[in-house]
This record gives sequence, structure tokens and C-alpha cells, in this order.
Amino acid sequence: MHRDHHVPINRRSLLKLGLAASGAAFAARYSFAAPAASPSRFVFIILRGALDGLSAVPPYADPDYARLRGELAIAAPAGSDGALALDGFFGLNPGLQFMHEAYAARELLVLPAVATAYRERSHFDGQDVLESGIAKPHATQTGWLNRALMNLPSTNRRGRESGVALAQNVPLVLRGSAEVASWSPSVLPDLDDDTMRRIADRYASDPLLARRLAEALAAGSLAARPQSPAMGSEAQDGQAMRTTERSTAGRYTEIVRTAAGFLRRDDGPAVAVFDTTGWDTHFNEGGAQGQLRTRLSVLDQSLRILKETLGDVWPRTVVLLATEFGRTAAANGTRGTDHGTASAAFLLGGAVAGGRVLADWPGLSARALYQQRDLKPTLDLRSVMKSVLHDHLQIATGALNHDVFPDSGAAPYIAGLLRADEA
Amino acid sequence: MSLNYSPAIAANRFGLGAKPGELGVIGADARGWLEAQLRGPAPALPAAGLRPSAEILSDAAAIRQQLQSQRRAAAAGPAGAAEEGNATAGAAPVSTEALAAIMRLPQLYRPIYIAEVRARLRNAVATERPWVERLVYFWSNHFAVSVDKLAVLGVAGSLEREAIRPHVLGNFRELLLAVEQHPAMLLYLDNQRSVGPTSMLAQRAARRERTLGLNENLAREILELHTLGVDAGYTQADVTSFAKVLTGWSLGGGDGAGPMQAASIGQFLFRPLLHEPGAKTVFRRRYDQADQAQGRAVLNDLALASPTARHIATKLARHFIADDPPPAAVARIAQAFERGGGDLPQVYRALIACEQAWQTPLAKYKTPQDYLLSIYRGLQLPVADGPRSIAAFDVLGQRQFAPGSPAGWPDRSDDWDGASALMKRIEFADAVAQRLGGTRAVAELGPQLLGATYSDETRASLQRAASDGQALTLLLTAPEFLRR
Repeated sequence: MHRDHHVPINRRSLLKLGLAASGAAFAARYSFAAPAASPSRFVFIILRGALDGLSAVPPYADPDYARLRGELAIAAPAGSDGALALDGFFGLNPGLQFMHEAYAARELLVLPAVATAYRERSHFDGQDVLESGIAKPHATQTGWLNRALMNLPSTNRRGRESGVALAQNVPLVLRGSAEVASWSPSVLPDLDDDTMRRIADRYASDPLLARRLAEALAAGSLAARPQSPAMGSEAQDGQAMRTTERSTAGRYTEIVRTAAGFLRRDDGPAVAVFDTTGWDTHFNEGGAQGQLRTRLSVLDQSLRILKETLGDVWPRTVVLLATEFGRTAAANGTRGTDHGTASAAFLLGGAVAGGRVLADWPGLSARALYQQRDLKPTLDLRSVMKSVLHDHLQIATGALNHDVFPDSGAAPYIAGLLRADEA
Repeated sequence: MSLNYSPAIAANRFGLGAKPGELGVIGADARGWLEAQLRGPAPALPAAGLRPSAEILSDAAAIRQQLQSQRRAAAAGPAGAAEEGNATAGAAPVSTEALAAIMRLPQLYRPIYIAEVRARLRNAVATERPWVERLVYFWSNHFAVSVDKLAVLGVAGSLEREAIRPHVLGNFRELLLAVEQHPAMLLYLDNQRSVGPTSMLAQRAARRERTLGLNENLAREILELHTLGVDAGYTQADVTSFAKVLTGWSLGGGDGAGPMQAASIGQFLFRPLLHEPGAKTVFRRRYDQADQAQGRAVLNDLALASPTARHIATKLARHFIADDPPPAAVARIAQAFERGGGDLPQVYRALIACEQAWQTPLAKYKTPQDYLLSIYRGLQLPVADGPRSIAAFDVLGQRQFAPGSPAGWPDRSDDWDGASALMKRIEFADAVAQRLGGTRAVAELGPQLLGATYSDETRASLQRAASDGQALTLLLTAPEFLRR
């Protein structure tokens, strides 16, 4: 159903050739490595705002769950408002239909009680730790995934950029020395080549701008705007300065389609990252119906589109969905939940050894809760990240323990999260 | 010849980007030009037709009431979809009439939002006190609300007009109180229905087997973001205790949390029935005041606490000096904050007295908002009626009043200097230049907008340009125009 790998020569790629022909160091930046055989793809989806893991993966059989959650509780599988059955103890939020199908197809691994090394409750510090991979907030300006890409073996390197952020600006997790692209749809017309060449000349003495412009031009040629249905329709809309109007669902659809477009290319990046927001459900969170279910369902639909669009690359894909921390075990006073500790994370994709819930379940009794209020973490997210990076992207153990996640002795590699043919 | 960078720095780093002629007005005494701006009246937004938040929210309350009675009449309809705080429609199938009803709040709010942003943009283009205007934006971002939450779409602009502008040249204590009592902040951080666990209302509810209780969102973000800062050493117990202090800080209107009080609809309202009684301890101090006085007392102490002074000083220094601000400058600004008891003009004077704030090379990469305003001001572009005039903020990646979180927009270069973001600026600059064609004397514009920071390289690239339009693109994308 989807497009082939060839990019029609568009203005950006012509420009690229023109610049390359003009010689100098610029040309070197544009030579893409020859397509190699290695096909591993990794997508990291950041759920910003602290996802309520107890609602995304309701432990309906836990004896304390319904009492703590009150009207937010999601009941055992039955009818349209019950949890979607997993293993008889945990379920999935009824908004996660595609994830449920993926579970049945053994492509979803559910991690119901994970956390980063962060134990306070600030979104912004929590997201910093989630992205930096370092236990102390704001300790570094680089992200774990960029540091991993620095250690990507050449067999897993296809294009010049090994990662892409589907955003105007690169989020912390992908910042660092490894070259990454950022890409977001544009509703503005292209420049003529001569003007762009003059801007490039002017930036030659400004290292930051020179690098960013080169990255932008490379990403522009890779993104192949005219091929994507979502982009095409937008480009036709001459008036189209109206991102305000775009719905969340439309935006996610566009992002996953574009991400898939990058990942499918032989000379494209191995890794893509994007954000989702709106998980900070202090008020009127809803249970089997309502706000959070709706958001989960929008996310779920975009994951379905991601799988469809990745097509034959899906079997070699791992998607990690994770959030900065979880929410209180009990509902708060305004039919929502406040900031907590452990939450759920998910590994999804054809390369995942799925169809399982991986839980050392701490329980929800008063004494089992972290600080008498939150779900206690029993698995360090860095363990999950290490395992994916090692088994899927073939990052060496030494690099993982020293460069990517320094001081992570408490978070060992776990074998067997991915299919055996992956490791 | 020694170059004097100060006028360009005053106009571009402290102000909103030079207007043609502005560098001449600034002249030799750049600090004096900034200083004089602090002496005028509070910077009101000159725009007819912007409505008070109370009026907007009472319209919203009326709509919500109609929707509720319609829903009751329909009895079996899907509930909850149009609740505030829920920007997306419910998952269940929705009838056309129900959908039209759900759309009524956005239909009320959206034109108000557009009018607010447009008035703010027009004012930014015209103002003769751009440094004070930048300070307004600084505080607006410090006390951020985000219109991706529908409940604040109509009142984000009025938070700035009603709570921030009157106090930007006043005292931080009053600024803080005005913000935390503004309906936009109470709605954004969910305090309006936070109920003390042993309050009168909670006890009544318990008799009917309903549980009401705390929402700690506002209390946490005041401590973390608005005052002390995340590393000040407060605990979860402080957050919970402060949340109890703030129970009852609500707004008038029939939202089910108390009797309808017509006079106070859409305004700050202390609801004693929701308030958790008794003395409480917050950040090592005990508060035994009753009712609303307790919250005021805590806010007063927080406003003047040393960690707050450091937190504010760090943010100001990051905004005006460098991403990683020099500790000496932070200390100096914090000291002025403490010595003046939160008097903001003294803080601003300490900032402009810092040598580090006047140095080149230009250390701050413009945010999209900075970039756009400097183009609008530099070219004196007209701000047309209708939504298109503000769409450029979205395109460049900084939809107004929509930072997406209470932390506000980030203020470091690497949050804004992404490759795709740069390409959007280039494309936008080129679109502007194409539209204006040869209507601007570009050769003169460089020195007028950039003063001594206008580089020989940019001057040479403009001189070699194939057309005036191309020269303008090159000016607006020059490295020194992308920074401040």
C-alpha cells in the first residue's frame, strides 16, 4: 500500500547536488553512506506529563485496586467498558485496541511497574532524567539515545544521520555529538537555490548554523514531502498556515507517517523519536470512558498507522513508549491523580518477544506503596533501554554501561525482551 | 575606532528588536534608555474590545449551564465530553447536536484568544518601552498557562493583562498573589475544586458516600516553578500541606462546588466550605491563620524566601545574559531581590548594571517569538485583522500562550536552534522578503537594526545580493539577526 524507496528529485535534492558540486567541506556532509544490509529500527515515543500506568495497564485483579481508584477504576474484562484481557491479572485500557491486537500477535511486551532513577515528582526534572539517562537532573546536555548512536556499529549505520527527531527542535534524548536530523512539516514555500546557497555561504563561518543548515537540507531531501499523503494535502492548501486547527490525531498521524518514511529508506536513520503530550491528568481523568481513554485511543490509532506504514520494516522494529513517572495510586479529590512514581511502559514491534506482561508486581496495599502513596517501581527503565540497545542496535555492553548509562549498576541488562533472532 | 555595541544590545537583547531609528534614540546612554522605561506607569495593553476575564468566564458558565440542562433533558446522552480540561471529544459516538454543543466553548474562546494575541503583537510592534514589554513576556512565561487546555483558551491573555502587567514594575509579592488568584491560573492548575479532606464540604459529601479531596497541582507548581525552585529542599509533605492551605481558593460560578454567587462568577472566590481547617506547616514554618489569610501568609513568605530570590535571579540572568549565567551576576541580582524585599525595579536595575549583560558575541539564540517580533518591528510590518496575522507564531514553533506545560517555554539555545526550526525561519524570512520586494532600503536597514553588531560578512553578502528581496532574506537570516 505504501510508496517505494525512491525519492523523486525535488528542489531540495537538486540543491543538495548543486551544493555538493560547488565543492568544499559541504559536499562531504551530503554523501550518504552506501546502503548496508542491517535493518534494525528503533522508535522512542516520549509520553510527556506522567502517564497514569494504573489506568493504561489496570491491575484489575489486585485486591486494593478498585478501592484506591474509585470511579477511575477499570473493571475486569467484560463488555465494552472492561479492561482488555492480558494475563488474567492485568488488562489494557479499553482505548488500546491495537496494542491489544499486538499483544495477541506477541508483538507487545507490557511493563506495568517501571521508573527511571528519578524519585521526586517534578515533570521537568523527571523528563530530564528520562531523556538524559543520568540519575541526577540537569547533569548533562546530552541524551542517552544520542550517546548510544555514537556507539552504533557500522553495520547498523545506513545514512549520514543515524537518528531523526520528528520536531522542529531536537529533544534532549537525541542531543549530543552524533549527527541527528530534525524534521517537521512546513507550510512555507521553498527558497530558490541561489538564495539558499548564499545563506549557506554566510553560515560557513558560524559552526552551529552551518551544521544546522546542513542537517535541515539533508532531512528535507530525505523526508520526500511529495510522497506523503498527509504532506501532499497540506502542500495543496495554499492558505495552510493553520496548525492551530489541526487535531491531535491528525498531527500524530502525520508524525508517524513521516517517521515511517524516514525509517523505511535504505539511507535513512535507524532511530526516530517523537513526543506526545496531555498525560497530566490531575482533573477529570475518567476511567473506562473519558479523557485519558480518549487520549490513549488517539495514541493507539497512530501506532496502528505506524505499523501499517512501516510495512516490511515492522518485523525489525522496536518501539519503546515511556513516561517520566507515574501517578498516585489513589484518585485525588478532583477525579484525577497527582504526581507519583512507577508507571507503565511498553515495548512494541515485530522484533519484540511480546505477548507477555513483565512484572514483579509490588501490589497496592498501603505498606506496598512507595511513600504510602505511589506504585513502587520494580524495574528500572534503563534496564529496558539497555536491553533494546544491546539486542536490537548491537551497542556493546561496555559502551552501554559507561557512555550511555554511566553509574547504572542498579539497572542491569535483561536478556530475552526481544525475539531470539534479534539478540 | 572602538565599536559601541550598547545601543544594539539594549534594543535587541533587552528590547524586542530595533525599530528603524531606535538605535539613534538610544544614543550613547543605553542603560539610561532602559532605566527611563522602568519609571513610567504600568504597561497596559492599548486595545479596545478586550474583555475582562470575569465577563468571559460568566459567558462560559452560562453556556455550560445550558449544556447541562440540555443534557439532563436528553437524559441518556454521552456525558462529560464538554467538561473543562478535556479538549478532546469523548470516544463514544456523538450526535451532531451534541457535537455542536461541545463546540460552543471553543467558539466562545477562540476569537477572544486571537484578539488577545493580535493586540499583544500590535503593541509589540509599536511600543516605545520594549524592555518593559519583554519583562511582561518574561513573567508571563514564568507564570505560564497553556491554551492547549481548553479551559484557559479564553483567559490566558487576560491573565497577562490583569495580573502581570499591573505588577511588572511593582513588587514580586503582589505579582505572585495576583497570579495565583487569577481564574486562569486556578483553572489551569486545577485548584478550583480542590477540597480539604476534613472540610465541611468533604464531610457532607461523605455522608452521601462521595469522596472529595485534594488536588495538589497548583501547590506543587507554585513551589517548584513560581517561587522556591525545584532544588530548594521542600518535601512531598510540604506540597500536600500547601495544597491543604490553598483549598477554597476557587472562582465563582455554578461548577457544582458551592452555591451560585452571581456577583463573583468568573472571579476569584474563597470558598470556606472547601477549606481544610487548622494550622499547617509549609517549608518549616507553621501557619495558624484562618481561611484565605493562611494562603496569603504562605505566599508572602514564599515570595521573599532566599531560594525564590535565587530562582528568579537565575531565570532573569539566563534570559538576558547567557544559557549558563555567570554566578556573580546571579548573586548580584538575587541580592537586589532580597534587599529590596521583592521590589522588581531594583532587581531590573541590578540586571542592567551587570557588565556580563552587555558583552558580545551575542550569547542568546532568539526564540521564535523573539525572531518574529524583531522582524515585525524592524520592518514595521502591519498586523492585519483575522487569524492569519498570528499564524506565523505557530509556523515558527511558538504558538502564543501555548508552551504545553506550566514550566513555560524553555530558555536555552538548544531548545530552539534545531535544524528544522532554522529552515522554517529561513523560509519565513524569504516569504516576507518576497512579499515586500524592493519596498525597503535594505542597505540602510542593516546598520539601523543591528548597529555595531552588523558584521562585515553580512554587509558583504547583502552588497553582492542579486536583488533587494534577496538582500532582505540575507539580512533576516544573518547569524547576528538570529541572536540577541
